[in-house]
Amino acid sequence: MLRWTRQQLGFDPPHQSDTRTVYVANRFPQHGHYIPQRFADNRIISSKYTIWNFVPKNLFEQFRRIANFYFIIIFLVQLMIDTPTSPVTSGLPLFFVITVTAIKQGYEDWLRHNADNEVNGAPVFVVRSGSLVQTRSKNIRVGDIVRVAKDETFPADLVLLSSDRSEGTCHITTASLDGETNLKTHFSVAETSVCQSGSRLESLQAVVECQQPDPDLYSTIGDSSLLIIAVCTTAGVAVYTGMESKMALNYKCKSQKRSAVEKSMNTFLIIYLCILLFEAVLSTILKYAWQAENQWDEPFYNQKTEQEKNSNPFLQILKFISDFLAFLVLYNYIIPISLYVTVEMQKFLGSFFIGWDLDLYHEESDQKAQVNTSDLNEELGQVEYVFTDKTGTLTENEMYFRECSINGIKYQELNGRLVPEGVMEDTLDGSNTGDELLFLKAVALCHTVQISYDQPDSMGGGGDPFSHANGFSSGTMEYYASSPDEKALVEATKRYGPPGTLKVVSAVLGRNIDDHIPLIFPHDPYKLLHVLEFDANRRRMSVILDGEEHPESYAEVERRLGAARTALQHRDERLQEAFAFIERDLQLLGATGVEDRLQDKVQETIEALRLAGIKVWVLTGDKHETAVSVSLSCGHFHRTMNILELLQQRTDNESTGRPLMSCLMDPFLPSLLRINDDHVIQHGLVVDGASLSLALRQHEKLFMDVCKNCSAVLCCRMAPLQKAKVVHLFKTSPERPITLAIGDGANDVSMIQEAHVGIGIMGKEGRQAVRNSDYAIARFKFLSKLLLVHGHFYYIRIAHLVQYFFYKNVCFITPQFLYQFFCLFSQQTLYDGAYLTLYNIFFTSLPILVYSLFEQLVHPHVLQTKPALYRDISRNSLLSFRTFLYWTLLGFCHAFIFFFGSYALIGEDTSLNGNGQMFGNWTFGTLVYTVMVITVTLQLALETHYWTWMNHFVTWGSITFYFIFSLFYGGIIWPFVQTQDMYFVFVQLLSSGSAWFTIIIIIVTCLFPDMLKKVLYRHLHPTGTQKNQRAIYDLA
Amino acid sequence: MQGLLGKPLGRVHWSNKAAKTGPLAHRPDNSAFMQQRLPAWSPMLTTSTVLPFMYCMAVLCLVVGVSLLITVQGTQEMKLDYTEAGTCNNCFQSLKNVSNAGKSCSCRVVFTLEHEFKGDVFFYYGLQNFHQNLRKYMDSRDDAQMVGRKQNLKNPSSYCEPYIRDEKDVPIAPCGAVANSMFNDSFALQYQGQPGDPINTVPLYRKGIAWYTDENVKFRNPPKNKSQTLAQVFEGTTSPPYWQKPVYLLDPLDATNNGFINEDLIVWMREAAFPNFKKLYGVLVRTQEPFTNGLPAGNYSIDIVYNFPVQYFKGRKQVVLSTVTWFGGQNRFLPIAYLVTSGLVFIIAIFLTVIWWKFGKDAKNMNE
Repeated sequence: MLRWTRQQLGFDPPHQSDTRTVYVANRFPQHGHYIPQRFADNRIISSKYTIWNFVPKNLFEQFRRIANFYFIIIFLVQLMIDTPTSPVTSGLPLFFVITVTAIKQGYEDWLRHNADNEVNGAPVFVVRSGSLVQTRSKNIRVGDIVRVAKDETFPADLVLLSSDRSEGTCHITTASLDGETNLKTHFSVAETSVCQSGSRLESLQAVVECQQPDPDLYSTIGDSSLLIIAVCTTAGVAVYTGMESKMALNYKCKSQKRSAVEKSMNTFLIIYLCILLFEAVLSTILKYAWQAENQWDEPFYNQKTEQEKNSNPFLQILKFISDFLAFLVLYNYIIPISLYVTVEMQKFLGSFFIGWDLDLYHEESDQKAQVNTSDLNEELGQVEYVFTDKTGTLTENEMYFRECSINGIKYQELNGRLVPEGVMEDTLDGSNTGDELLFLKAVALCHTVQISYDQPDSMGGGGDPFSHANGFSSGTMEYYASSPDEKALVEATKRYGPPGTLKVVSAVLGRNIDDHIPLIFPHDPYKLLHVLEFDANRRRMSVILDGEEHPESYAEVERRLGAARTALQHRDERLQEAFAFIERDLQLLGATGVEDRLQDKVQETIEALRLAGIKVWVLTGDKHETAVSVSLSCGHFHRTMNILELLQQRTDNESTGRPLMSCLMDPFLPSLLRINDDHVIQHGLVVDGASLSLALRQHEKLFMDVCKNCSAVLCCRMAPLQKAKVVHLFKTSPERPITLAIGDGANDVSMIQEAHVGIGIMGKEGRQAVRNSDYAIARFKFLSKLLLVHGHFYYIRIAHLVQYFFYKNVCFITPQFLYQFFCLFSQQTLYDGAYLTLYNIFFTSLPILVYSLFEQLVHPHVLQTKPALYRDISRNSLLSFRTFLYWTLLGFCHAFIFFFGSYALIGEDTSLNGNGQMFGNWTFGTLVYTVMVITVTLQLALETHYWTWMNHFVTWGSITFYFIFSLFYGGIIWPFVQTQDMYFVFVQLLSSGSAWFTIIIIIVTCLFPDMLKKVLYRHLHPTGTQKNQRAIYDLA
Repeated sequence: MQGLLGKPLGRVHWSNKAAKTGPLAHRPDNSAFMQQRLPAWSPMLTTSTVLPFMYCMAVLCLVVGVSLLITVQGTQEMKLDYTEAGTCNNCFQSLKNVSNAGKSCSCRVVFTLEHEFKGDVFFYYGLQNFHQNLRKYMDSRDDAQMVGRKQNLKNPSSYCEPYIRDEKDVPIAPCGAVANSMFNDSFALQYQGQPGDPINTVPLYRKGIAWYTDENVKFRNPPKNKSQTLAQVFEGTTSPPYWQKPVYLLDPLDATNNGFINEDLIVWMREAAFPNFKKLYGVLVRTQEPFTNGLPAGNYSIDIVYNFPVQYFKGRKQVVLSTVTWFGGQNRFLPIAYLVTSGLVFIIAIFLTVIWWKFGKDAKNMNE
């Protein structure tokens, strides 16, 4: 039981050994000592809660939040000691907030449960006691042999044992894992591939030794992968099940990014906490100062109880503390309890607008924008640096073979044929030279392209698709490549190869380790021995083909590769070593020219971002010249720009510190001076990866200074990790700019995760980037609307939301503080408990929520056409300390006017009724409260610039609701309630003429100065936003 | 902050749109709501829109202010501090001695009205420095007892601490510190036009001084049979320790004005917001001469039964005579507030007009 509990809570330590041993079909060795290992079952649990632990676990998670924790403390204090307000007044809002959050989280978890049940309940076939048994996915255990039919998904991570093909191969896609839809061939071990029937599998005795579960998708052993589609019927043994499968291990909540607004919010909260503590301490001290005089401490009408009189020093101290706590409780509403829940609702609901936006919808690919986290919405309006990938992000990533160079001769496509430059078509004899053939051979062989056949019947019955291949015309074939340029090259070989090679090339694509590949010339077959896959660090791939020459060197290669590939630890490093050993002494055959078109409207987007004050950095792995020309063509660099170059700073100069410094500075110093002299000319900087790392290591500050003065920076020859490093560096530089990284490939993931906002492009390189991003869009051009419009909206909305929340709570609680000066700091509340409770959850909650969902300062179209408006809100300007101070002071001023206005008008002893009757303290409190609710609501109305019917509804509705509620609340003698303080108080107040005049004049006095300020600023120092509002207003 | 969704939002399907198929299956709806194109009114606070409004407001405030001022000028008020005035000084001194606390002391103060008080005249008593707004004090009452619930009569709530039961454990009715400290001076007003004229007792109507709803709903005597007297109903309870009379004998003249529905008690139980307050004591009865038009000018005297001690809290006691208008008693602050606002708005409006004139009517600087 204890163990179970520990497991549920995740306390159990990870498995001890580095490897796990799986006995196929769970046939454990009969003799020898076998220590059974414990494996997880195949239940996928993405849900966080169960019915039983939902309440405690959810509560625990919620109270880990500092704000909720604070309120529960206040609540407990109210329960324990004698405080001015009943525990209900803080318990109810807390309950409300907790309930709303719990319902939301419960709903989400319910959705997850549904999805889990669907997966766990899926029928699967497992070999048990010699025959196939149908069971549910969740019942699979490690070691089970699972049969997966064609086009089914894998229920767990499997090691391929056999398939219905004689060779024991199987083609799979990994769309669910990383979005790659290309077919990957996996091979079974020769010994097991013969076991094609249940009984033979049953008799199989085998052990699989593998690593412990590990989230890295690409470090898989053999053939394990989950939730991938099989193309043929296969049998596999489950090695990782349930929560230990690759899919589940990769299915983690992403790192918690916090937005700048949230950080400001937390700062403000701390300031308010200080105000609260100050007020409480001041009140406590003043209370005791008053009580020092006996006449105030204990007048005859307020005698203390016996218990209070018997005071020893210890009780005195206790009394002092309890007084302090009571004041804390009295003023605790200054910390807005519903702020967090409102902010969450706003972010959650508001983020739907991104997905709903038609302008962010890409028709060709039928993809709409995707929001992976709603926490960062407002950060989109704060971006200062955009780091973008080039290929697939700025470009379409649709490669087309244009030209090539073979043996120094440039070849171009001419009428569907590859012809050398300068040679007329009619002079061609149609045959290829040896060099050309060798070149084409290399291009045709060295790739990882797979084919699929469109006609489904050709694959029916689990037949071997390759037997059909020869009879096929190329039109029915689709190439699938992990990289689009591979595909372009293969297609080119197909086009330009010697006549009659069409079908053989197609056969190459589906090559098989046992196939003798007839390539190009049927009499010249090749056997593929090894593929040395492409990786971003090596920037190359190679293949090893069977040939007669050098068998002895091949043996060495074979040995090294085999050792590296089967290594259980440090496999990557060992593979690198082996690759380096093989790939040496290479000869240049030729070069290919593949064109990748720029995406639509890239130039406009980059220009718009630049106008918005956002610096755009292009980070690419390309070489310098290519990168610069792409930069120029996409408008990242202008012809008029003064381009600084920092290239070829060799790292081998490192040893000599001084010369290096100067050689780095040399190109920089004059340009630095120029930058400072001349603000008109824009500067662009080109830097390559090696120089960059050098510059960052040794001249970080200088380099950053230069970068900040350049409007465009281009980094070429960048390794993926370097990209993330650059982002990190800027993120942590003293100004702490907000960074955004955008990319489409797996090599951009680290950058996307590192930046404040990570954006994935739904491109052709799988969904790695999209899965790891915060937002995903289909095209680069959507970035401008995402930032300039949505970012702007979200930022102004949430900024006002936060400021307003603090404002309205200052307004709320300050009169109560002021009242203490009139009631000898006896902690008497000014408002009735119900009003204290409902202020934040009913009377003032909806207008701000609706405002924060729909507010638009300027029409979206204007925002997009005038990117400069983005500068109005840059650097968190709406949440600057000055604005915060303004709102806080406004709150205090309003509170003073509410309180002293009412005080002066009701007076100490003025009758407000035509019948001479007098009002009491509750009427006074209600007057202040009424004025407050109306003023606070109207203050928001003053801020609102976009009045939809919903704004009207909630604004006027809130005020109306307050009146209706008060009439109802005061109209009944409430049963089971101790005091009937509010009975008919509200009606009596409204029946007084002077109360109405009082309410009106106080509201006017409160709102007038702020309105005046707005008018004056708009007239004398209009912001860009206001100018545009004006322009639209004049047009209308 | 933990995200609302630990998982991508895209996974939550809000409608059955996922069921749509076709090339544009995921295309968002082109609705005004989803595209954030809801029709909306976008007001703008500019000088030209605000100026007319400001002038209007200045005029409106002026009108309201002036009319309020005229109304207020018509009201009259007279305050008389009788704590140590006239013969009351003796009583004040005598009450300083705690042993005299229970003894009744009578005294008289005289005053002169220079001008006639026209219309309804209201007689208030006022207390200064008396904090009816202390939390412990305010809480010390039991509304359930005073609303006449039978079971609460003899089981006062613990809120009434320290006046729940007396030393003999008899429940107190009405319980609590508020009721206990009830103001117990009484007044009789006499009018003598000129010295030598006959002395007229000024008739005061002592009902209608509490809120109607308090008198008829919030405060009720415990239910009783026809045969029972009020005293029998309250049997088994004792009066608060500082009271000289039990609750069922508060008004010796009017039997229906006794018990929890005694209007003086109800008025007292409505705690004042501030330490200086006044409470309504009675209204002038204008049925007989010479009071049909209100209080004529002349000499007056008040006979006071001086019971309420104020020296313990450095308090003062007052008598206030006041006329009221439709919007209440004499309160100059309200008209002044309107007049000042009107003036300020007007000045600012002029200032703004100048700016508007000088910096261009359409704010030329806006077209950079």
